[in-house]
Amino acid sequence: MIWQIDVIILVMVIIIAIGVISIKNLLSVGILFGAYSFMMCLLWAIMGAVDVAFTEASVGAGVSTVFLIAAIFRTSRGSKD
Amino acid sequence: MDNYLFFIVSKFNYWGVMILIMIGIYAIISKQNLIKKIIGMNIFQTAIILFYISIGSKKNASIPILHHLNEHTQKINPDDFVNPLPHVLMLTAIVVSVATLGVALSLAIKIYQQFGTLEENIINNKIAADNNRQSVIDRL
Repeated sequence: MIWQIDVIILVMVIIIAIGVISIKNLLSVGILFGAYSFMMCLLWAIMGAVDVAFTEASVGAGVSTVFLIAAIFRTSRGSKD
Repeated sequence: MDNYLFFIVSKFNYWGVMILIMIGIYAIISKQNLIKKIIGMNIFQTAIILFYISIGSKKNASIPILHHLNEHTQKINPDDFVNPLPHVLMLTAIVVSVATLGVALSLAIKIYQQFGTLEENIINNKIAADNNRQSVIDRL
């Protein structure tokens, strides 16, 4: 584990998480949540959990984003908060 | 004082986990939009998974694949590899989190078809109005 990369990506994960819950357009929220999952996947790959990392990259960043965007296209795209 | 500072800095992964958990709980409790609540739940779950992976990792260790012996003792040294047990547990948790995401999103779509909105306060007002109308009809 290289702790400098770990700290940088941890800070990026937190910033993206704050962005995800504060953006009003739900389609942007879905895409940004994919970015969040991918940053989390990088964090786990750095910590040596490669099996968890590629499961998260395929399932968390891939399938979750597809689910979210499909649900957003079937409902409304705007949010009040 | 130096001891406390070392304690705070050396556990930075756990501080990140705590911040992410607080962001998730804040989104679940205070956001009105149902999609935002679901995403807050997912952030919470990934923070818990990050906590478990942080427990398993250690300094100067490689990934848990057996490819070399220790150069001094010519034996397998467990300190050279990260602990793979939390990884296996969290592999299950990732699959469960996708399943809960799918169920929650399908419920949100059904709620949208019923009420025409995803905002929780508007849905509550509509349910209250429906109940009032029903009670008036019952009294008649």
